[in-house]
Amino acid sequence: MTTYIIRRFLFLAFVLFGVSVLIFSILMTFSPERRAMAYVKSPQQVKDLPIIVKQLGLDDPFHVQYVRWIRQVASGNWGYSFVAAMPVWDAFWYYFPITLELNLYTIPIIIIFGIWLGTVSGIHRDTWIDHSTRIFAIVGWSLPTFLFALIILMFFYGYFNVFPPGIIDDGFNVWIRENPDEFKRYTYLYTIDGLLNGRLDITRDAISRLVMPVFTQVVVIVAILLRVMRSSMIEEISKDYIITALAKGADYHTMYFKHARKNALIPVVTVAGWLAAYSMEGSIAVEYIFNRQGIGWWLANAAISLDLPVLMGICLFFGLVYVIINLVLDILYAYIDPRIRLN
Amino acid sequence: MNEKQHPRIRELKFTLHRIFKNPSAIIGFSLLFIFVAVAVLAPYIAPPKYAHNPYMMPHKGYSQTPKPPSSSNIFGTTSGQYDIFYGAVWGTRTAFKIGMFVIGFALIIGVSLGIISGFYGGIIDEVIMRMVDIIFAVPLLVLTMAIVVAFGRGLDKVMIALALVKWRDYVRVMRSSILTLRELDYVQAARVMGVSNFTIMRKHILPNGIYPVLVMASMDIGSMVIVAAFMSFIGLGAPKGYADWGQMVALARNYIVGPVDDPLKYWHAIAIPGACIVLFVLAWNLIGDALRDAFDPKQRRR
Repeated sequence: MTTYIIRRFLFLAFVLFGVSVLIFSILMTFSPERRAMAYVKSPQQVKDLPIIVKQLGLDDPFHVQYVRWIRQVASGNWGYSFVAAMPVWDAFWYYFPITLELNLYTIPIIIIFGIWLGTVSGIHRDTWIDHSTRIFAIVGWSLPTFLFALIILMFFYGYFNVFPPGIIDDGFNVWIRENPDEFKRYTYLYTIDGLLNGRLDITRDAISRLVMPVFTQVVVIVAILLRVMRSSMIEEISKDYIITALAKGADYHTMYFKHARKNALIPVVTVAGWLAAYSMEGSIAVEYIFNRQGIGWWLANAAISLDLPVLMGICLFFGLVYVIINLVLDILYAYIDPRIRLN
Repeated sequence: MNEKQHPRIRELKFTLHRIFKNPSAIIGFSLLFIFVAVAVLAPYIAPPKYAHNPYMMPHKGYSQTPKPPSSSNIFGTTSGQYDIFYGAVWGTRTAFKIGMFVIGFALIIGVSLGIISGFYGGIIDEVIMRMVDIIFAVPLLVLTMAIVVAFGRGLDKVMIALALVKWRDYVRVMRSSILTLRELDYVQAARVMGVSNFTIMRKHILPNGIYPVLVMASMDIGSMVIVAAFMSFIGLGAPKGYADWGQMVALARNYIVGPVDDPLKYWHAIAIPGACIVLFVLAWNLIGDALRDAFDPKQRRR
């Protein structure tokens, strides 16, 4: 087990190195002047670009520049973001809690809902429950996140006028910024900070603004989990041990929900990595449409206004998140299924 | 009589029979047929106004407010007075171009690398698969955005960027399918009989190993159209006025909420191009779903 984990860690380091080279190669397709913008810390410095190119050696060979870039990234200098009007590193921590909050609510709901629907669908194979679940899944998966988000916004905000977009009411936002003593930002997540400060009205407002984004994400993404859970469940309940137990008069409910579901969950762990990737990708469209200033919103706006340092930084960040999630899943998988770790 | 046919033809007949027993395949192929017909007949259904560039939507006037369906614009107009009907028809061609180019290109690279990797193994396999691991670490949409920003905007750039990222999926599937087949008795037997590597690959491994890749590819055509539509929506893809469904949704974006007394007044400007995207993607997903059931060896003979 220990050698397995060490091997996975080495792999993590290798992939991160590869991602950084990949991203740097994309960055290098720009002219030195264009790249010099990444090191400009304030809008006033823009006129000194040729000097910056010389100073930073942006016309040096690839490997020299790569090593220099990696050193800077490691020391926290990720460049300046025009979209955020602050350095990328600071802006990242400013936007990150918003995306974290969205995904903290989305992912558990997808997991619970997907496993439940998949189990029910698998047990009642080829009945109307199964058919309607599958139709729901395939239609949900065919919906582009950005389009579905717009339509949700059109109905719930435009027509019914419930669930406003944004992160928090403007009044609350101003009040929170002006009264840092009365409203302590313990976690930077509005829903949780509201509870911790005893301001239920703020929590309620934040939740009402999370309903549409979370709903959009769940409807689109749940299909992946549902589909894997369903086929895994079908395979498990047709295995001999279940059939034997049922033939001997064991309780259906115990057999299906206790024994079969437990084993059927093993393959589901493998798609959890994709789930996280889809959820992060979905955050881009969702945050863009619902006007939530998180990482996804920042990335979309950075791409539109050619804010290079942001794109590079977020690519690295996503690479890191992906690698860590997969490391955790691999270890979890080896823990659940001894055949993997012994191989 | 059945026994006289070539086994591959018999198997194909059985597969086709299985596919068309599935209602989702019938719906999927019907939808696809309609889309193909619209794409092929586009110049007759919606005669282009600018013959040199039929993909630019004609527009009368520059008013920002969308107009409801009328006799001259049967689907109404969107922001900038672009005709929605024309855009929907020619957008079908755009969608096919995106899906076919991206998936075709990704399949060629992905399948060839997957075959080489799975069949030769060793150091070649190691190099290819580690390369795939690295590209897999960045989500498709994020990496595509970075490449599009590096290459510059435009629908063609979006398509190239997607193809450059998408091939990674097929390498893994093709390789694992080959690793399974390589150990099977009939391949070993062919090798013992002195059949060359190339012939084994072409005649015995590829025809059997390609199915999982094809199933995946058919579903990916839809998802590539979604990603390209999103890129056009945020302004990195098709230029304004281009017959692209994502771009048409972008034009209608500021009109999702109408005036106070009639909040759904401009629904058509977003619902029509939106419905085109969803139905197009749905068609491919239904087909992919049916193909997967038909090719799945575990369910096939049940």
